[in-house]
Formats: sequence, structure tokens, C-alpha cells
Amino acid sequence: MGMTVVEKILARAAGLPSVKVGDVVEPKVDLAMSHENAALVINQFQEVFQGTGLPAKVWDPSRIAIIFDHRVPAESPKTATNQKKIRGFVADHGITKFHDIRGDVGGICHQILPEYGYVRPGYVVVGTDSHTTSHGALGAFSFGIGATEMASVWSLGIAVNIEVPATIKVVVKGEFPPFVGPKDLILHVIGKLTAQGANYKVLEFHGETIRKMSTSGRIAICNMSVEAGATSGIVPGDAETLRYLREEAGVTDPIPCVTPDLDASYVQTLDIDVTRLVPQIACPHMVDNVKPIGEVVGTRIQQIVIGSCTNGRLDDLAAAADILRGKKVAQGTRMLVFPASSKIFAQALDKGYVHDLMKAGAVVMNSGCGPCLGVHEGALGDHEKALSTTNRNFKGRMGNPTGEVYLCSPAVAAASAITGVITDPRKG
Amino acid sequence: MAKVIIKLENDISTDDIYPGRFMATVLPTETPQFAFFDRTEFNAQLKAKAFAPGSIIVGGENFGCGSSREQACSTLKGHDVAVIAKSISRIFLQNSINLGLQVVICPGLEASEGDDLEITADQVINKTTHKVFDQVKLPAARKGIMDAGGLIPYTRARLMAKG
Repeated sequence: MGMTVVEKILARAAGLPSVKVGDVVEPKVDLAMSHENAALVINQFQEVFQGTGLPAKVWDPSRIAIIFDHRVPAESPKTATNQKKIRGFVADHGITKFHDIRGDVGGICHQILPEYGYVRPGYVVVGTDSHTTSHGALGAFSFGIGATEMASVWSLGIAVNIEVPATIKVVVKGEFPPFVGPKDLILHVIGKLTAQGANYKVLEFHGETIRKMSTSGRIAICNMSVEAGATSGIVPGDAETLRYLREEAGVTDPIPCVTPDLDASYVQTLDIDVTRLVPQIACPHMVDNVKPIGEVVGTRIQQIVIGSCTNGRLDDLAAAADILRGKKVAQGTRMLVFPASSKIFAQALDKGYVHDLMKAGAVVMNSGCGPCLGVHEGALGDHEKALSTTNRNFKGRMGNPTGEVYLCSPAVAAASAITGVITDPRKG
Repeated sequence: MAKVIIKLENDISTDDIYPGRFMATVLPTETPQFAFFDRTEFNAQLKAKAFAPGSIIVGGENFGCGSSREQACSTLKGHDVAVIAKSISRIFLQNSINLGLQVVICPGLEASEGDDLEITADQVINKTTHKVFDQVKLPAARKGIMDAGGLIPYTRARLMAKG
């Protein structure tokens, strides 16, 4: 029996000729990513070494990435002090893949890792963030873990006791209609699978639509795979992966790709045709509460958010700028834009998107997680509604438990900013 | 035997258990104050130590979905409660095992707030309704971590063995 992509990656990383679903393996970790929660990882890491008499040294500082993004610039002295503690640790341990709060190389972890070529096809990537699934877009097996588990990875360089997950094959065909794209696809998939439909499983994406999709779009679909419970989403590395890593990430060394065997075994296959897909909206307060846009058109919105690790990339900002150019954000609605990285911000400046968005009335913020997790920058007022290109709409997510968050594509967010109500961009 | 102190619906997210706005607080000694913060009354009861140690939170399907934030486990462990749910999200389950928070998967569980439950090795017995429900065994791969008393002592032992 052949192997899926993830089975192949885990077999290689565990030094085994083959693995099958349910096997327990201890793969070597190629890249271990944390953000501000590295403060807790450091705490747990130091506790591991307590009383051992061994020096508290990380296994390989070149394989650790730390990116400040969740609360940048710091919203509180507490966060600023955590960031200060992490900077000290980074310097002490010689961690080189460190991205501080900067306007040149800063940004959201799930954009920085691809952007700087830190992730390669076939890698085992772990991150103390559930949206670490994003990096499956580059053909890696990439999944979220907790801070204590990361402390274990920093100590041992392996992920201990990993069970080989079953894989769901998602085959996507057809061409997206105008104003419909990867975000609508993944919301549609989550609606079909439900929030737990892929629990403990991997979503492996195939089909002509995926082959033609940009890495940006693939990151969006892998990013949100976790919202169906998936351990990871993955697009097997292909020509587009190589193009992205060479042309956009500047990688010059060899990039071997891992592809599934033709006779690999899948627990389920999901066939999707996007030819007639309409814009999708995830309604409060669950990501799987997905409806075609027609059912919620006209809902009044106080805050529009474009950005995040899901949809803050250049093509997302371009889609928004194209719709808002020469138009105005409606009175009574505010629009916040968070580019996914400083590099994307600079590109959007060069292309005039930032100017278009600001002239329309949008507030363009520094790159970072922004209001997505409800810590700072854009909390909702009591009973306000937000329409956002981010990835979660749980109660309280944007900082106010009486607020409501609807999730959508950049095109829907931009079209709705003009009217102040949820608006179908195909009819704008 | 322990009491069910709250019965929750399906898909309880880690944002519900530990809201994102408290994520700058990371230490297990400090996180318990924010447990279920937006469920104001329940949070107040937890903080007032209104419940006996070992009391039980009953969840539905997909308990602990969403963010990987470990505070969602340390905040509950700090109150010495256990979680029994029909199913549990992957990262939350792993974090619970790593930190030593007692979690039980029990797909058929029928229990109401105030019921007395007994958790045995492989069953949950509702002493109030006299019904018995089977547990789904936790992943075998995690046994070594549980036996060691959590991932920190487990990793420490592995490090020492490596020398």
C-alpha cells in the first residue's frame, strides 16, 4: 500500500522505510515556530532542565523561529516585558530566525515563514499556534502544539509520541467565478465537514483548481483547515511551490518535493466543483456556520477587517483596493487593514493599494494579528458586528463577548465597506 | 465521586475557556483567575472556590477547539477540575495530557448539572441516574507522558537518558 504525503514525510523524519495510520513515531523537527507565547515556552523549557545538571541549551538554534505578531507593538507593559524576555533568550541561544517588531522584516508568523523560505516541502514544522497548518501550503507537514510540547521540542529536537494521522483527500475542480476564490472554497469545505469533521486528520488538497492556485491562496486554505479540526492541511509541493520559493522567497538551494503515492489510502474523499460557488460567509459564533452570501446580505456592519494570516497578502489587498478605488467607506462603518507582513505592506505601498484604501477611508495599520484575537487594535463595542477576512468568529473573539463576527473573503469585505451592510461583490 | 458543576454545549472553544484578551498572562500560577471569564457567574464561583476539588465540567462534542493556547488547560488545572466530554479537540487533549489536567472522552455520556459522577478506569458512572457509560481510551501514544506525570518530567527523563 502506498503512502500519503504526510505518511511519507513522517517516515522520512522518523527514519523509517514506511509508516501507516495509527503508528506512533517520533519525527525529527525541521522547524519550530513560536510567537509571543515563546515567553511560556521559555518558562517550561527552563523547568525541563531543572535538577538535571545539564546546560539548558536548545537542540538547534537554527531550526527555531520566533516572530512577534500577536500584540505588536505591545498593548501592555506585561506583553512588552514578555517580548523583552524573549529577546534576551534569542540572543543568549543564538536563534537567528527571529523577527522583532520592525517595519522591514516584521510580520505575522504564518507569512514570515513562507516569505523567508524557512519552510520547505517535506519538512516537519511545529508551531505554538493552531494556524501553523498554514505551512502545509508549501508541502510541509505542519501542525500546532502547546507551549509545553514546544519546550520538549526545543530540548529533544523531536516531536514525541506522534500518531500518524489519517488523511482526507479534497479534490477541487473548476474555475472560480469572478469575486469568488480560495477563502470561499475553504469556508465551503468547513461548512461541509463541520468544525470537528477533520479532527485528528489531515486535509490533502488536489485537483486542477489547487494546481492553478497561487501560494497565497493555498496558505489561506491550509490556514483554515484547522477550523474543521484538521491536524494539518497540505498541498503537495509542485511547480507553483518551486516558483514561490525561488521567485518570492529567494531560495537558491535544491528543493525536493514530496508527492503522495498513486495507491495511497485515504479515509474519505471530498470532491468539490467551484464553477458555481458563490461567496461564503461564516456566521456567528462558529466557523462551520457557513451560509451562501444571499442569506445574510443587508446585515449592518460596524467594523470591516481585512488582513491576518488568512487574508492579509498582496493579492488580498489588491482585491480590496480594486473594489474601493475611487469609492468611500460608508459612514457608520470603520475599516481596518492589516497587511500580513512589512514586506507586503511595502509592496502594497509601491502598487498604490495603500493609497487607494486610505483615500477610501480605511485605516491601514502595521502588520500583525490586529483585532483577530481580541487583544488590541480594533475591539468591538457592545453588540457591534464585524465582517472580517480573519479565521475565527467565536464569541468574544474580537474582544467583546456581546459582539458578533462574520467571516468572508477580501472581495466581500471591501464591497461591504462601501455600503455598510453585507454586500455581494458580484452585484456591486 | 464528584459533582457536575456545569454542563456545556458542543464546540466549546479555547476562547471561551480562556479569552484571547488575557493571553499576555502565561504563568500557570496566574491563569486560573481568567477561567471562563465571560461566563461571569461561573468564573466568580470558580474564583470563590465554591466547588470541591475534582469537580467535573461536562462538555459536548469537540471540546477545546480553536487556539493552541495552553492557558486553556492551565486555567482549569489551577481550579483542580476535571473535564468529561463526548469528544475533545486534538491540541486541547494533548495540552491536557502534557500538563496533567484530567480529561475523559465519553461519547455517550448523559449527565446534568448537579449529578454525581464516578470516573473509573474505563467508564463513567452517573450515581444520580444509575447509568453507566464507556470511555474512549486516551491515545495509547500518550501513556508514557501520563505515567511520567506530564510532559515536563517525561522530557526531563528522556534528556537524562540521552545524557
